[in-house]
Amino acid sequence: MFKSGTKIVLGTLVAAGALASIPAHAGKTVDAIKARGQVVCGVNTGLAGFSQADSAGAWSGLDVDICKAIAAATLGDANKVKWVPLNAQQRFAALQSGEVDILSRNTTFSLTRDASLGLHVTGVTYYDGQGFMVTTKSKIKDAKQLKGQTVCVQSGTTTEKNLTDFSKANNLNIKPVVFEKVEAATGAYFSGRCVAYTTDASGLASVRNKEAKNPDEHVILPQLISKEPLGPMVRRGDDEWLAITKWVIHGLLEAEEYGVTQANVDQMKSSTDPVVQRLLGTTEDTGKLLGLDKEWMARAIKAVGNYGEIFEKNVGPKSALKLPRGANNLWNKGGLMYAYPIR
Amino acid sequence: MAVAPRTPPKKRDWSWRSQAFRGLLYQVIAVLLIGGVVWWLASNTAENMRIRGIKSGFDFLTQPAGFDIGESLFSFDSNNPYWKAFLVGIGNTLRVAIIGIILTTILGTMVGVGRFSRNGLVRGICYGYVELFRNVPVLLQLLMWYLIFTELLPDISEAKNIGPVFLSKGGLTYPGPVWESGHLWILGGLIAGAAAAWAYRRWATTQFEATGKLRSMFWVPLIIVLLAGAAGWVAGGMPNQWQIPTKGEFAIEGGSSLTPEFLAVLFGLVLYTAAFVAEVVRSGIQSVPRGQSEAAQALGLAKGQEMQKVLLPQALRVIIPPMTNQYLNLTKNSSLAVAIGYPDVVSISNTALNQTGRAVECIAIIMLVYLTTSLSTSFFMNWYNSKSAIKER
Amino acid sequence: MADTIIFQSKPAREAPIKTEGLVPWVKTNLFANWQSTVTTLVVGALLLYYVPQFINWAILTATTTTNADACRADGVGACWGVVKEKYRLIIFGRYPFEEQWRPLVATLLMVGLLVASCTRYFWSKWLIIGWVVVLSAFFILMYGSLFGYFDVFGLTKVTTDRWGGLPLTIMLATLSIVLCFPVAICVALGRRSNLPAIRTFCTIYVELIRGVPLISVLFMASFMFPLFMPQGVTVDVLIRVVVGVTLFAAAYMAEVIRGGLQAMPKGQTEAAASLGLSYWQTQFKIILPQALAMVVPGIMNNFIGLFKDTSLVYIVSLYELTGSLGLALNSDADWRPYKLEGYLFIVSIYFVFCFAMSRYSLWIEKQLNKSKLR
Repeated sequence: MFKSGTKIVLGTLVAAGALASIPAHAGKTVDAIKARGQVVCGVNTGLAGFSQADSAGAWSGLDVDICKAIAAATLGDANKVKWVPLNAQQRFAALQSGEVDILSRNTTFSLTRDASLGLHVTGVTYYDGQGFMVTTKSKIKDAKQLKGQTVCVQSGTTTEKNLTDFSKANNLNIKPVVFEKVEAATGAYFSGRCVAYTTDASGLASVRNKEAKNPDEHVILPQLISKEPLGPMVRRGDDEWLAITKWVIHGLLEAEEYGVTQANVDQMKSSTDPVVQRLLGTTEDTGKLLGLDKEWMARAIKAVGNYGEIFEKNVGPKSALKLPRGANNLWNKGGLMYAYPIR
Repeated sequence: MAVAPRTPPKKRDWSWRSQAFRGLLYQVIAVLLIGGVVWWLASNTAENMRIRGIKSGFDFLTQPAGFDIGESLFSFDSNNPYWKAFLVGIGNTLRVAIIGIILTTILGTMVGVGRFSRNGLVRGICYGYVELFRNVPVLLQLLMWYLIFTELLPDISEAKNIGPVFLSKGGLTYPGPVWESGHLWILGGLIAGAAAAWAYRRWATTQFEATGKLRSMFWVPLIIVLLAGAAGWVAGGMPNQWQIPTKGEFAIEGGSSLTPEFLAVLFGLVLYTAAFVAEVVRSGIQSVPRGQSEAAQALGLAKGQEMQKVLLPQALRVIIPPMTNQYLNLTKNSSLAVAIGYPDVVSISNTALNQTGRAVECIAIIMLVYLTTSLSTSFFMNWYNSKSAIKER
Repeated sequence: MADTIIFQSKPAREAPIKTEGLVPWVKTNLFANWQSTVTTLVVGALLLYYVPQFINWAILTATTTTNADACRADGVGACWGVVKEKYRLIIFGRYPFEEQWRPLVATLLMVGLLVASCTRYFWSKWLIIGWVVVLSAFFILMYGSLFGYFDVFGLTKVTTDRWGGLPLTIMLATLSIVLCFPVAICVALGRRSNLPAIRTFCTIYVELIRGVPLISVLFMASFMFPLFMPQGVTVDVLIRVVVGVTLFAAAYMAEVIRGGLQAMPKGQTEAAASLGLSYWQTQFKIILPQALAMVVPGIMNNFIGLFKDTSLVYIVSLYELTGSLGLALNSDADWRPYKLEGYLFIVSIYFVFCFAMSRYSLWIEKQLNKSKLR
C-alpha cells in the first residue's frame, strides 16, 4: 500500500514526465505556418502610419501591409495573420523564441542585430533617418543648438546610440532622458520635461500629427543624424522563409516599377511584358522555386497593392502623416528602392 | 491471544517502512527532479541560442557601451565599457535607496509616533496619511509624482528661484562646491571628529555608570564632529569656491542639480514606505507594556522624554526585524524607477540588453545586484538587531 | 441660652469635569497644553489653507464636460470629463467595445466570489465548487472558450492581448494567490523538513526570490522564458506572467505560512505521532489547519500587496488598470493634460479595494483573537 504522501510524490513525477515529453518539433517555419493556417506577425504596439489597431482590433499601416502581403502570398489570404503587438524590448526575444514568424516593426537593420541576435534582415521597406522634434516656442532651428539640453529618447533602440554619437561628434553634451516605453518618452516631451524628442523621422511625423494637441506647435528639425533602413526581420536558420519574405518585398517594388496595381492586377495578367508575366506567374512559375504556387505575387498585390500604393495609403502625402516619398521612391525616380529582378 | 514479544527494529532497514530510507528516497527524487528541470531548461536555452546564432557570455562587459547616461555619480563617457555603465546604474540605485532609507526612517518614525500624539489633529492626519499611502500601488505613486513634477512645475525658461536655488521642469538646481583637493581635508576632519566623538561617548558612558554624572550625549559629540570638519577645512586651505547656477536661455547652467526623475522616485518611495514604517513603529510602541509608560509618568518624565528614553528603546527590539523588511522593500521597489526614466541599474541593464541582445546575462546582473544588496542589508540589520537585543545579565 | 445648632448644608461639590462630548474632547485633544495648542493652530492653519484649495479644484470649479476644449477654456478646476469620456477604456482596456459586458460580468462574478470567500456564512465545501465554477466562467466569458472547450455559447474569441483594465488586475491577483498556495505550503513544509536536501532547496528558493525585485522576475517571464522552452513551444505572455507572479508570491506566502508552522506547539506533532499518523496526515489534518488559521491576517496582507503589485505588469506591456490608463490618455492629445484626474480615478479604485481588504484583515484578526481568549 502506498501512503498518501507517496501518491503525491509519484503524481508529481508523472506530471513532470508528461511536461518534459511535450513533442519538441522544430519544423520549418513555412510548414508550421501552413499547418496552423496563420502567419504570426510581430508589429509595433501603436505607431500611426506603420502599425496601429483601430477600436475593432483591425490593424493597418505600412508594416502591417507587408505582413498581409506575405500572408497572401504564402496562405492565399491576407487576413490569415495573427498580430502580436511588441514593444522595443520584447521584439527580438519574441522573434528568436519563435513567438512570431516575422518581425515587421519599424526595426533598423544593423550589423550587431544581424550578426549577434540570431536574426536575418529581409529587405528594406522604409529608408529613414533619425531626427529631432522641438517646440516652436523653443526657437531652436538647428540640432546643434541643443547644446547641454535634455532630449527624451526611448531605450532599446538604435536611436539612443545615434544620439550619443551625434552629441559626441559635435561636442554638444546632450543629456538623454531614457524611457522604457515610447508613450512615456513622448509624454515627457509633451509635458516639457525635455527640450527635444528624438526618434526616426517617420516616427516623429507620426507623433507630431497624431499625438500633439496642435501639430503647428512642434517642428521637426531638418537634419537627420543617422541612416535607418527599416524592414522586416526573420529568424536565422530557415532559408526558405527568409527567401519568401525577401522576394515578396521585391515583388511589391517590381509591381510598382511595372505599373501593376491592386486595381489592375487581373487585367495585367494578360500583359505582354515578360517581366509582368513572370511577376504574376502567367508564364514562368517563380513561386515553385519558393515552395509556393505561381499566383503568389498576384495575390499579394491584389491584397494590399504595390509598394507605391502601400506607401501612399499609409504614410504618403495624402495620408495623415504627409511624409514625402523622398528616399523611398523607386530608383528610377530618384529614390533608393531597387527591386531585384524576379526571374 | 498471546502477544508476541516485540523484536527491536533492525539497525538498518532498507525497506519502504524505514523512515530513514524514505527520507533518503524523497531527497534523491527531489534532487533528480530539480536537477532535471534545471538541466532541461538550460539545455533548451543553449540549444535555442545555438540554432539562432545568439551570442552569449559576459565578454560584452569590456566593450564600449556607446550610450550616454543622463545622470551619474561619477563621470561617464559613452566610450567607457559596459561594466562602468553598470556601475553608474548601481550607483544611482544605491543613491536613491540610501537617501530614501534615511528619509523614510525619519518620516515613518515621526508619523508612527504621531499616532500616539495627545493632539487629535496630529493623530488624525497621521492615520489618514498611513491609510492613503499604503493602499495605493507604489508604481502609481511614482508615476503620479513624475507627472506632477513635469506638468506642474514651471518651464526651465521660467524657473522659480529662491536665491540661487532654482526649481523647474529641469529639476532642482542649487549651488554646489567646486571640487578641490582641499575638500578631502574636510572629509578627513569629519572622519577624525566622528572617531573622537565615539571615544567621547564611550568615556561619558563609563563615567555615567561609575559616578552617575550625566553628560550630554548628543550635542557635545555633534560639536566635536563639526569642529573637526571645520579644522579640516582650514587645514585644506579653506576652499570656498561655489558654483552658482544661473538661468541661461534654454537651461539653468552650472551648480548641482537633482533631476525630476530622481525627485519623483525619491518622493514616491519615501512616502509609500514611510506609511509602512509608521505602522511598524506604531506596533512596536504598542508592544511595550503599559506599565512602562505609567512608570515613566510616575517618575515625572515629560511625554517627549518618556517616548525617547523609555518607550522607543524598548520598542526598537520589536521594530528592527520588520523595519529591515521595509528597507529591503524600498531598495527593491527602486527598480520601478525604470518606468519614469531614472537611470538605475534596471534601466541600464535594459539598455544593455537591447544593445547587445544578452538577455540572460543582463537579467542575471540585475538579480545579482539586488540579491547582494538585500543580503548585505539584512546582514547588517541582523547585526544591529543582535546588538540592541536584551542583554541578559 | 443654649446654643442651637442650625443645620447648614455644605456647598455642593463641583460637578466632575465632563469627559465626554465635543467640548471636552476638543479641550483634551486639541488644546491640552500650550504645545498642543500651537500644534493645533499651525496644523489647522495649513489645513484651512490647502484643503479648500483642493476642494475648490476637485469639486467647486471642476467640470464634467466631455469636451476637452471646453474644459481647457474653463481652465481652473479639475476636468472629470476625462473619466466620463474614457472610463470604459480605462476599466476594460482594449477589450472589444461591444463585448465589454463580458469582462463586466466576469469581474462581478469574481468579486462576488472573493466577497463570498471572505464571509463566514459561505465557508463550506461548496465554496471550492464555487471557485471552480466561477473561474471557468471567468475564462469562458473573457476568452470565449475554456482550453478550446465550452465554446457553445457562441461568444467570439477575444485573445489575451486585448484583455486589460480592472478584470486583468483582479484576475492576475486572484489567480496568482490561488495558484501560489499549494506551492507555498510545500515550500513552507520543506523549509522545516528534516531532510537536508529538500530544506536547502526550499531555503534557496525563498531567499533567492525574496532578494530580487518582482520586476526582474517579470522581465524573466516576459523576455527570457521563451528561450527556456524547446523549439516550437510558445506560451501565451499572460500565462508566463501569471507563472512569474505566482512563483514570486509563493516565496512570500511560504514565509507567512512558515511563521504559522513555527508557532505551533511541538506537542501537536507529538500527539499526532503518538496516534500513529503519518507525516502527511499529521501536516494536513493537524498542523496546517491550525497554522493557516493563525496566519490569515498575514495571508490577507500578502494578497493586498499582490493586488498592488499587479500594477507592475504594465512595465512588461500588459495593460492592466495602470497600463490601460496610459493606453487611454497617452496618445490622446486632447485629454493628455488631464492625466492627473485619470490617475486620481484609478487611485480611488485601488484604494477602495485595498482599504476594504485591510479592514477585513483587521476584522478577521479580531475574530481569531476572540477564539484565542476563550
